[in-house]
Amino acid sequence: MSTSIKAGPGSTQPILEVRQICKSFPGVRVLKSVNLSIWPGEVHAFMGENGAGKSTLMKILAGAYHPDSGEIILDGKTVQFRTPHEARLAGIGIIYQELTVAPNLTVSGNVFLGSELKRLGFMTDTAEMDRKTQEVLNRLGARFKATQRAAHLAVAEQQQVEIARALFYKSRVLVMDEPTAALSDRETDRLFEVVRRLRSEGMAIIYISHRMAEVYELADRLSVLRDGEYVGELKRAEFSADKVIEMMVGRRLEDFYKHAKHSAGRVVLEVKNMSDGDRVKNANFQLRQGEVLGLAGLVGAGRTELARLIFGADKRKSGEVYLDGKKLRINQPKDAIRAGIGYVPEDRKLQGVFLQMSSGENITMNILGRCATAGVLNFKKLTERANAEVKAMRVRTASLKQRAGGLSGGNQQKLLLARWLEINPRVLILDEPTRGVDVGAKAEIYALIQQLLEKGMAVLFISSELPEIVGVCDRVLVMREGEITGEVGGETGIEITQQNIMKFATDVTRSASTNGN
Amino acid sequence: MSHGVHQPMATEGTTETSALAAAKRKEFTRSMIELAGMLPVLVIICILFAVLTPNFLTQNNLVNVVRQASINIVLAAGMTFVILTGGIDLAVGSVLGFTAVIAVVVSLIPALGWAAVPAALLAGLVVGVLTGATVAYIGLPPFIVTLGTYTAIRGLAYLAAGGTTVINSKIGFAWIGNGYVGPVPWLVVIALLIIAVSAFILHRTILGVHIYAVGGNAQAARLTGIAVPFVLIFAYGVSGLLSGLAGVMSASRLYSAQGQLGIGYELDAIASVILGGTSFVGGIGTVFGTLIGALIIAVLNNGLTLMNVSFYWQLVIKGAVIILAVMLDKLRTRGQAG
Repeated sequence: MSTSIKAGPGSTQPILEVRQICKSFPGVRVLKSVNLSIWPGEVHAFMGENGAGKSTLMKILAGAYHPDSGEIILDGKTVQFRTPHEARLAGIGIIYQELTVAPNLTVSGNVFLGSELKRLGFMTDTAEMDRKTQEVLNRLGARFKATQRAAHLAVAEQQQVEIARALFYKSRVLVMDEPTAALSDRETDRLFEVVRRLRSEGMAIIYISHRMAEVYELADRLSVLRDGEYVGELKRAEFSADKVIEMMVGRRLEDFYKHAKHSAGRVVLEVKNMSDGDRVKNANFQLRQGEVLGLAGLVGAGRTELARLIFGADKRKSGEVYLDGKKLRINQPKDAIRAGIGYVPEDRKLQGVFLQMSSGENITMNILGRCATAGVLNFKKLTERANAEVKAMRVRTASLKQRAGGLSGGNQQKLLLARWLEINPRVLILDEPTRGVDVGAKAEIYALIQQLLEKGMAVLFISSELPEIVGVCDRVLVMREGEITGEVGGETGIEITQQNIMKFATDVTRSASTNGN
Repeated sequence: MSHGVHQPMATEGTTETSALAAAKRKEFTRSMIELAGMLPVLVIICILFAVLTPNFLTQNNLVNVVRQASINIVLAAGMTFVILTGGIDLAVGSVLGFTAVIAVVVSLIPALGWAAVPAALLAGLVVGVLTGATVAYIGLPPFIVTLGTYTAIRGLAYLAAGGTTVINSKIGFAWIGNGYVGPVPWLVVIALLIIAVSAFILHRTILGVHIYAVGGNAQAARLTGIAVPFVLIFAYGVSGLLSGLAGVMSASRLYSAQGQLGIGYELDAIASVILGGTSFVGGIGTVFGTLIGALIIAVLNNGLTLMNVSFYWQLVIKGAVIILAVMLDKLRTRGQAG
């Protein structure tokens, strides 16, 4: 098994071409005539918002999905992969976002998994596998040993194991799906080193990402996909943030957050001394009618935890919640809902959507009582409500009966929002409501928030995307290590900017902080 | 990784609209197949036996098959509730034995003869509710909890029977096991009624939707304000209550009961539910499917016996059919997530 990589024959033709690929799933067309040309020795960034169809295309390249029409051309020859194994043997290596390293095996065991070297025809030749793996690891600049157990490796190192595996299959095209999503800055730098090294050896790399900074740093060319359609390709010299965002979004950035700032009404929700004894420390704040109050902070700052405490999803150690001046007794989510508080959780699939149930059932889950007599459901009413929501929210579903699991992230999120809107809560807590949602749905969610405010609802908006916080919120609380460390916007006189938020989110201003309560 | 939608590549000229139409058509056929479930398998097995043995397709024999299936149908209906929540109830056979003994013992007390059936049902319900509460509030895995009750309740069954067979040849509720409504045995009527009531609860009531929600995603159910513990207690309570009913049916049919009555019944009940297409992880399935599953098992038992296949071979064939049928089910529902 050779591990050398050579540039394609003279590099006068693309090593991999994708022509007019189309792919539909029941009710949804995911890819509409997508094209892509990849040359040896280049890093080709592949961009697009979540839901644009990137992962579907990748799965087609990996042989896991079959295109409805179109061609894949590898080295000038049309190929059809029936299984992922065929794609791998043909030289297409895929590094998925979720790594597939077996923790109980050694590094070399992982690299050779499924094609172990044999001695005397039946014994695995561990020594030889270790030696060969070590060679590749050295080439990748890895700082761990082939004989080490994979369980102890950091995420970045597991990624290197997968890259090593791809090299053993003589991959000439390496597809990396958001490889830095789970990496620290330093790990990212090391990954980039590896990518550059592979490029210099003639590997063609498809680099899927939506982080502009990375693309600037690495890519030779980039292609953009929007809502399953191929938008176009840019050479390195043509890269610019405005251009790329316009290609991805289909409109200009300024148009994206159409936000009329609101004058806040009277206090609707008041939270006092909220603590869970660990992740949330003594949180105090007020939420006013008709405002979007942002909750910003770094990952792990305690935003979600605070929201869950308010909602009764976790046990609190101390703290009180007042709605319209009345103290609430909240021991479980049911109590909060009854009082008029809704919560769209952070992890849609794990905590929100019932994937195996129909779109209609997902929407009406909270109003069953209203649409029933003595516990017996009135399906006419339910269908009516579900249809109304599907229409109002523009949920793209084949029918009310389609399982929610078959819908895109954006449409699943709309089901969840619709579910809460049906009970018309006083306060709606949105926890990362646009995560993993395509651009169109994102804009619709923003627009929806505006409508809710006009109806007099109050929104607590948690997001890790600062531009979104800045664009959407009237006032922002910033958390750090479980404490509310600052406030911007509103009556504080501090402008809502990413810089001002970051000041409170990190501890640079610890001494100078004007605690905004 | 290979969990994709496998279909032959379409020709190049496929236009976009026809691709979408094809996807819609596929969705339609799939939903039809899903609706029919295991019914085709049952029909095929019936046709096979009808061809192979002349006695299979007589009215007498068919009534017999359903009567033999009736107790399992009742157990499996309860089991469906539990498996839909993502749980399992291994104790149904033990509860059947225990409650059958209670029914006969109480029927032997002259002053309390009327209380025999209520006592048995109540005993089953109490066991089920306690099981559900343990699962819901203490958070023990259902497999472990019901493995415990499986053993403990069996012990109680022996104790209640005093280690022997309790007999009452003039049992007050003999009509349940031996009476007829027209040409149809009461056992069959009861079993079908239970299926109808179960289907009504699961598909027509708030509680039914909540059961599917809890089984599909307990975390989301809680955050949606569903009283998850109540739903679990209800599901195990139903299973216990129906096991008690099955106990009454057995006792009535046999005019007697003993400690070892119902050993192994839980396996047939679970097999029926799974054959009926209910997902073992919860949230997907119908009680109608369970009925078909129970009938498949009963038809196999009956047909193979008619063909004079030895009991040992019957077990082998039954086991193989269960695995094959579920494999078939997996094939037909593949790509559901697409």
